[in-house]
Amino acid sequence: MPEAVIAELPIRLNGETVRVPAGITVAAALALAGQQALRLSVKGAPRGPLCGMGVCFECRVTIDGRRHERACQRLVADQMEILTHD
Amino acid sequence: MTEARFELIVLGAGPAGLAAAKAAADSGREVLVLDDNPLPGGQIWRGGPDQAPNARARAAFSALQHPRIAYRPGARLFAAPGPGTLLVELPEGGCRLGYGQLILATGARERFLPFPGWTLPGVFGLGGLQALAKGGYPVAGKRIVLAGTGPLLLAVADTLKARGARVLLLAEQAPLGRVARFAAGLVRHPAKLAQAVALKSRLLGIPYRCSSHVLEASGRERLERLRLSWGGEEGFIDCDYLGCAFGLLPNTETGQLLGCTLAAGAVAVDDYQQTSRPGVYAAGEACGIGGVDKAQIEGRIAGLAAAGRPEEARRLFPARAHARDFADRLAEAFRLEPALLRLARPDTLICRCEDVPLQALQSCSSWREAKLLTRCGMGACQGRTCGPMAETLLGFEPRGSRPPLQPVSLETLVSALSPTDPR
Repeated sequence: MPEAVIAELPIRLNGETVRVPAGITVAAALALAGQQALRLSVKGAPRGPLCGMGVCFECRVTIDGRRHERACQRLVADQMEILTHD
Repeated sequence: MTEARFELIVLGAGPAGLAAAKAAADSGREVLVLDDNPLPGGQIWRGGPDQAPNARARAAFSALQHPRIAYRPGARLFAAPGPGTLLVELPEGGCRLGYGQLILATGARERFLPFPGWTLPGVFGLGGLQALAKGGYPVAGKRIVLAGTGPLLLAVADTLKARGARVLLLAEQAPLGRVARFAAGLVRHPAKLAQAVALKSRLLGIPYRCSSHVLEASGRERLERLRLSWGGEEGFIDCDYLGCAFGLLPNTETGQLLGCTLAAGAVAVDDYQQTSRPGVYAAGEACGIGGVDKAQIEGRIAGLAAAGRPEEARRLFPARAHARDFADRLAEAFRLEPALLRLARPDTLICRCEDVPLQALQSCSSWREAKLLTRCGMGACQGRTCGPMAETLLGFEPRGSRPPLQPVSLETLVSALSPTDPR
């Protein structure tokens, strides 16, 4: 990211509005908002991003109503609705 | 579902895909480049043109301005129902794409090996953490240990340090002797040598230990502490993040879906980068791990060959041989130490999607049996992560690949069905 003025945009994270830098991934936005664990495994253990490049699906979240979206492969967008632990 | 047809489709917008598209478009072909990532550049130039690290990357990205190249990011290929046809999910919905020729530039992913605690949040891939950081993932002020093998350790440390991370340790699994021989051999690849020297000088002060690897990660709900082996001794380090992976694996799923023959875990190609399927080419990491030089040259060869200019492609053969020599040296120097395959305990998870531990797999005799009895490899990643581990640790035969290659919405699937498709 350039160090100069970074545009921010609002997203909805689990129902709350937060402002995040434009141009970052959803995974980054969630981590900036303090959410490192994005889902619970089938046995209930917390999981966060692993591969960072769309392969492992550990960072999957619900974005604008679509389940199983990979947070590492999507950039934030204005008013994007994100639900973790889907 | 919308439909379109292109003379040439390139799958992947990394160094190989961009080079292939440019070579073909310069030869008059109309090219569509599809990429799963949100921005072009593959993993090495992840972040797109705005984050291009050097002139070489900027030159590569210029392909996307070519009048005969169309580019679609966020495209997920999920099926190939017949010759010359791909089904792709784009952000706006499903799409049926026809092609005359196809170039697979699907890149690589990281090889993971299981160790106790590797599923904790805060444990990332090595290139994975770099990729996340390039996407804005917060690393400033974080205490980070990087573990794995090869030059990627240095490159990732460089990226993270530049973003304000506190890199505590680089743990290289290979012994010092092999790393030193590799470094000495770089005199045959002076550009690589210069790169390595510059990189090392930027990382002064960060300990680089050979014969070192993580034994266990621990923490409540997230990574807090690592137990490591360095040069035969054991020790603990408190940290926030671990970036850990053990080299790269070619992404072959698309090639397999199309019926391309594999060799040594990569898509097999001839001198002109053509696969066993006529009109289907492959370039870059998908047909053998070798880095950016090899990827760009193979991409150019594939693009020229697909565009019917074999003589020009042939002129690039010596450069490709040189790049492949570097790849061979890398593979030899950073081959995995056997101790790495013995880190998992019986209850250590192998399949993270379905929470399948090692002990559940040890009673299975094949990958198929493991899938049927334990659901290993049946989750969202479809065995991309656990499959190679099961192969390395348990000797299970490599996996096939079947549609849908990636999870797609039901809406897309339904709209993709056509009475002419073989079911």
